[in-house]
Amino acid sequence: MSDQQPPTPTDQPCCQLKRRTFLTRVSVILGAIIGFMIALPGIGYVLAPIFRKPKHKWRTVGKLDDFKVGGFVLVQYEDPSPVIWAGVTAKAGAWIRRASETEFIAFSINCRHLGCPVRWVDDPKLFMCPCHGGVYYEDGTVAAGPPPEPLYKLNVRIREGLVEIETEPTPLTLTTLT
Amino acid sequence: MSNNFVTRTWNWIDNRIGFSDYIVPLMVHLVPDNARWWYIFGSATLCAFIVQVFTGVCLAMSYVPGGEETYQSLKYITDTAPLGSILRGMHYYGASAMVMMAVIHMVQVYMHATYKYPREMNWMSGVVLLFVVLGMAFTGQLLRWDANGVWSVTVAAEMAGRTPIIGPTLAHFILGGETVGGSTITRFFAMHVFIMPALIFAGIGLHMLLIMRHGISEMPDVNDPVDPETYKEAYEKRIHKTGVPFWPDAMWRDMIFSTLIVGVILGCSIFLGPPALDPPPNPSSINANPLPDWYFLWYFAVLSLLPPQLETWVILGVPTIGFIVLFFLPLISNKGHRAPSKRPWAGGTVIFGFVAFLVLTIYGYKKPWSPDFGVKELPASVVGTDHGPLAEGAKLMHIKGCLYCHDIGGYGGHRGPELTEIGKLLTRDDLIIRINNGGHNMPAFASSISDSELQLVVDFLLTRGVEKEPENPKSTTP
Ligand code: FES
Repeated sequence: MSDQQPPTPTDQPCCQLKRRTFLTRVSVILGAIIGFMIALPGIGYVLAPIFRKPKHKWRTVGKLDDFKVGGFVLVQYEDPSPVIWAGVTAKAGAWIRRASETEFIAFSINCRHLGCPVRWVDDPKLFMCPCHGGVYYEDGTVAAGPPPEPLYKLNVRIREGLVEIETEPTPLTLTTLT
Repeated sequence: MSNNFVTRTWNWIDNRIGFSDYIVPLMVHLVPDNARWWYIFGSATLCAFIVQVFTGVCLAMSYVPGGEETYQSLKYITDTAPLGSILRGMHYYGASAMVMMAVIHMVQVYMHATYKYPREMNWMSGVVLLFVVLGMAFTGQLLRWDANGVWSVTVAAEMAGRTPIIGPTLAHFILGGETVGGSTITRFFAMHVFIMPALIFAGIGLHMLLIMRHGISEMPDVNDPVDPETYKEAYEKRIHKTGVPFWPDAMWRDMIFSTLIVGVILGCSIFLGPPALDPPPNPSSINANPLPDWYFLWYFAVLSLLPPQLETWVILGVPTIGFIVLFFLPLISNKGHRAPSKRPWAGGTVIFGFVAFLVLTIYGYKKPWSPDFGVKELPASVVGTDHGPLAEGAKLMHIKGCLYCHDIGGYGGHRGPELTEIGKLLTRDDLIIRINNGGHNMPAFASSISDSELQLVVDFLLTRGVEKEPENPKSTTP
């Protein structure tokens, strides 16, 4: 029906073009706004964990008397900020050694090559990695294999007869651009 | 009457949905009659994808993406749920089939240079699809949320962490936080179940559309190199003269091959079963032996064999450059010969790639660079006696971890050189220096071995490969 009506001034080719250009632009802009409104909260939600830096916490790993002076033992403790459903996946591990009556040394279990769990082998006094053959000495320095850095040291303290480890993020070996 | 009713009903539906107008012409579009069995791999990839979608949806009915329960749900699917083990197996072997078929399809297209004008975008969309399929394979391995899954995520995050500047951000994005935990698996679930399949659906849609637009290519003809000026017109002419309808003249071969593929997937899942679950996903447990699924073993081997200074470049460079080279390949050469006989470099590249893949995969399985933690003590048959200093020396080889890396008479790891004949090759002093100071990727043992222990070990090693004397003389002091 409307096609058969006499052309109004706005339907002139010149104005029609302007109107169309205008409507195209409005639609594109509205499309972008719709997109932003849908996507922004979601993107923020997904990226939030990157920027949320959980506070380091001290976690008890045992009584002071439980640790004998000697080699390393494996201890388990809870992550700094476990989600409620994490269960066993919220655990973190460390190798800890009572070096003397008052001194403790602890290392993250992550190999500094690509993060696999290193094992302490007591007799040769070495940490060995099952993935690509990384080996570390008792003091955490690299003995062999591909790891570019020594094992990551964790802070340990003794409080009221309990041994505590300070939680840390998984140690990453970064590339520095020189 | 009833026949009439069915016909009328179908006609009504057909009239409304346009099956005869839209779908039938696609099904019977003309394809070259000379391609025959070469083109079955693309459709087999699609068929494997259908297996994955269907079994994946079924598995998602019981799979719980979250922390500890994930492992429990996997155990339930595998051990308790009726047909659960077969379904999990089909999803696993389906993934293998999909990766394999996608790669074979790609190699075939590459060898026949089908990516040349006007099908450049067919190839490019295929390359994107291949990378998403590999992404699916990797995320799928992690959804098998056991000890191996946890450590594979950690390795992936560490690799991403090597990216300059944005490394830590990427790593924490992958982990869903600063450590592996409850948020990690849900992330990978969302990627594996929603994001990547959506990309694959869209990619397949585009890939198909482009196939319809440019037609299926003919077999390469040595005498007819691609000339973009004349190609389309000549192709149209030829296809109208000699082409056959895709359905059923060409498609029956796809159907036969896809039947075979699905049969093998089902057969493997029934007779071999799904991959066994490792211990639970406990990031503090060190009793894990992280290993990627077979399609990534070659990359695992590369990372182990590389000199450390090249490593970061390879970790980041192989996927990036691999994608760029493959993606832009048709833009580099989109005309000229398609026949493999005229493109020896193409054949060479494929053969080299295949051999490298095979050799590296075998290496990946054997892991000669890893200490063998499970190695047993040397038996008396190898030592030559079961008592006295020699036997003690041999025992120390085990206790001190020497055998984790060194093989003696078939016992021990392969990280370091074999010591079966070492008595012939090194002197007492050489051995003492080497054990105390280490070197060539061997740790120094000076601080963890006593003088007397060292003596016993060296005495033992000096007998390796040397003819046994009737009575072992007393060991000499250095
Ligand atoms: S992760 Fe330990 S050597 Fe590679």
